[in-house]
Amino acid sequence: MRLLIIEDDRDAADYLVKAFREVGHVAELATDGEEGLARALDGQYDVLIVDRMLPKLDGLTVIGTLRSKDVETPALILSALGQVDDRVKGLRAGGDDYLPKPYSFSELLARVEVLARRRGGREEMIYRVGDLELDRLSHQVTRGGEEVVLQPREFRLLEYLMKHAGQVVTRTMLLENVWDYHFDPQTNVIDVHISRLRSKIDKGFPQPLLQTVRGAGYMVRESK
Amino acid sequence: MTAIGKLFRTTAFKLTLVYLIVFALFAAFLLGYFAWNTRRLITDQITQTVNTEIADLTDELRQSGIRRLVFAIDARATRPSSNLYLLTTAAGEGLAGNVGSLASGILERPGWSETVYRRIDDADTTEHHALVRILQLPGGFRLLVGRDLEERERIRDIVIAAGRWSIAVVVVLGLAGGFFVTRRVLKRVDAMTETTQIIMQGDLSGRLPIAGTNDELDRLAGNLNAMLDRIEALMRGLKEVSDNIAHDLKTPLTRMRNRCEEALRMAEDASQYRAALQNAIEESDALIRTFNALLLIARAESGQASDGMSEFDAAEIARGVGELYEPLADDKGLVLKVDAPAAASVRGNRELVSQALANLVDNAIKYTAPKDVPVNGKQPEIVVKAIGEGDRILLTVSDPGPGIPEADRSRVVDRFVRLEQSRSLPGSGLGLSLAQAVAHLHGGELWLEDNHPGLRSIIALPRGGPAVGALVDARTGDARSS
Repeated sequence: MRLLIIEDDRDAADYLVKAFREVGHVAELATDGEEGLARALDGQYDVLIVDRMLPKLDGLTVIGTLRSKDVETPALILSALGQVDDRVKGLRAGGDDYLPKPYSFSELLARVEVLARRRGGREEMIYRVGDLELDRLSHQVTRGGEEVVLQPREFRLLEYLMKHAGQVVTRTMLLENVWDYHFDPQTNVIDVHISRLRSKIDKGFPQPLLQTVRGAGYMVRESK
Repeated sequence: MTAIGKLFRTTAFKLTLVYLIVFALFAAFLLGYFAWNTRRLITDQITQTVNTEIADLTDELRQSGIRRLVFAIDARATRPSSNLYLLTTAAGEGLAGNVGSLASGILERPGWSETVYRRIDDADTTEHHALVRILQLPGGFRLLVGRDLEERERIRDIVIAAGRWSIAVVVVLGLAGGFFVTRRVLKRVDAMTETTQIIMQGDLSGRLPIAGTNDELDRLAGNLNAMLDRIEALMRGLKEVSDNIAHDLKTPLTRMRNRCEEALRMAEDASQYRAALQNAIEESDALIRTFNALLLIARAESGQASDGMSEFDAAEIARGVGELYEPLADDKGLVLKVDAPAAASVRGNRELVSQALANLVDNAIKYTAPKDVPVNGKQPEIVVKAIGEGDRILLTVSDPGPGIPEADRSRVVDRFVRLEQSRSLPGSGLGLSLAQAVAHLHGGELWLEDNHPGLRSIIALPRGGPAVGALVDARTGDARSS
């Protein structure tokens, strides 16, 4: 995956470039808004990571300009401003995701990978991982041919996980997308929901599909 | 600008000038009206008198002939302060009366005229004015009856003199009065300006003087003082917050540093170093969470978060939060119920209210033990309610846990306060602080009550949201009237 990081803090930027390289992605760097805009217009990137506060041209204006020129590259906004209103502003300006600082790299990585995958592909109606099947229209879930009865919220949780099958989904992402909450619950509420879901779809089946990724979050995928 | 110049430019002085002109015009109009009326009255009186005389005399003539008329006229003409009489032949020869000379041509004009005249026996040669009526008699004779206009003229002279004097007096008094009044007003305004300057130079404790007259200047001063109170409270709050944050974050930071230093000294192999680094990351994360929570509380307290207001359903919030926490409660052997049958629409910051309620629910779950079984022997129950009560919406979380002793209830809302019984449990001690800050931000309150047994925490919010114009000190919840 090719990434463009637009960030004026050298330390943070270098750290990100190295970290992304270690997981197999190519990250390029622009240190101000104008340079970032120029390179985003030229190059073919899978995801843009844009800091909100930039010299010369601020992050939201960069994204706004790109969108007005029909550049649809997914953009993730990094910002020290972390209130809900700031998030809303960022998304309205054309951003696709919003991560307040300070963040953990695993959180950033999970979200970037989710954004990159979003770029291609049409919306499928049935998600399949191994012998687990989820029908988005009828809200039916089966594993190995047998129906699994889920509560509405459990269904939405599984749907989100399966939509991003093979990708890391963090607790914050789940809280935002399945519950529409933007605060940190400070306890392991999400974990308990996950373990309930797990007991319904994984228990009694040979292959565990809902996996915990230590230090990051969860993932649905066939185990090797 | 000289003092006098400044005086002349004040609104008060200009206003005084306007009032003065209006009043003077009005007084002049009044005087003029009086004069005109009086003049008319006198004229009417004269007219009436003359008409009566003429009627009498013509009667006399008709009844008794011209000789008799002459006699009658002479009799009347010789009375003291009499009217004017004159009887002439067609040719203009005087037959009777007391008029010596007239303006020329008067006798030829029948009807009413004003004329100069002289009496027959006038010693001096001054001319007088009279209002006369000329009548043509049968036979060509001409009768004139009239009255001197001296009264009218005297009134006119009096009025003119009075007018001149009174206008002069009014103008002088008005200017003097206006000058003094303006100076007084200016003094008050100057005092206010001076105080404002002192305040702007940095002494926020200064307040504008209030004279106690309850007039518009006093009200203005009162409002400005209230504004200054608010600013001072905000600045105090800001200072307190930054002091708190600095203090509250230094402790965990120091702890983290010490642990890292210890690891450097004592660790011997890679796994120990790794453990230390992992620990450092966890502590950092905890620190970041604390910092964000403190920031949120600070913003809520200073009223900054008030721009995210919208209409939402509190019942929906209660259901959402309840649904989020239900598995956690269940895992612990507790039952979490949501009692929110009816929609409870309220205006506020949906995100903050959700978070505040989540904090209360989190606390309830954390502090209730599975052994806290209520009297009827069933599982311990945590109830989340959303109901409307009058003009308020109440979000309630009740648990059968240990509760909070009444003495501690006000203390426990302060930042980082954990009661003795909860020191061993994880948590930052900020949950209740945030819940209260959010409640106050919306113009509402946080109540902590005894649930008999356990704790009932209530977030009470006004339906319409924070009242526009009402200043609420988010730390104390006191409403200030604007």
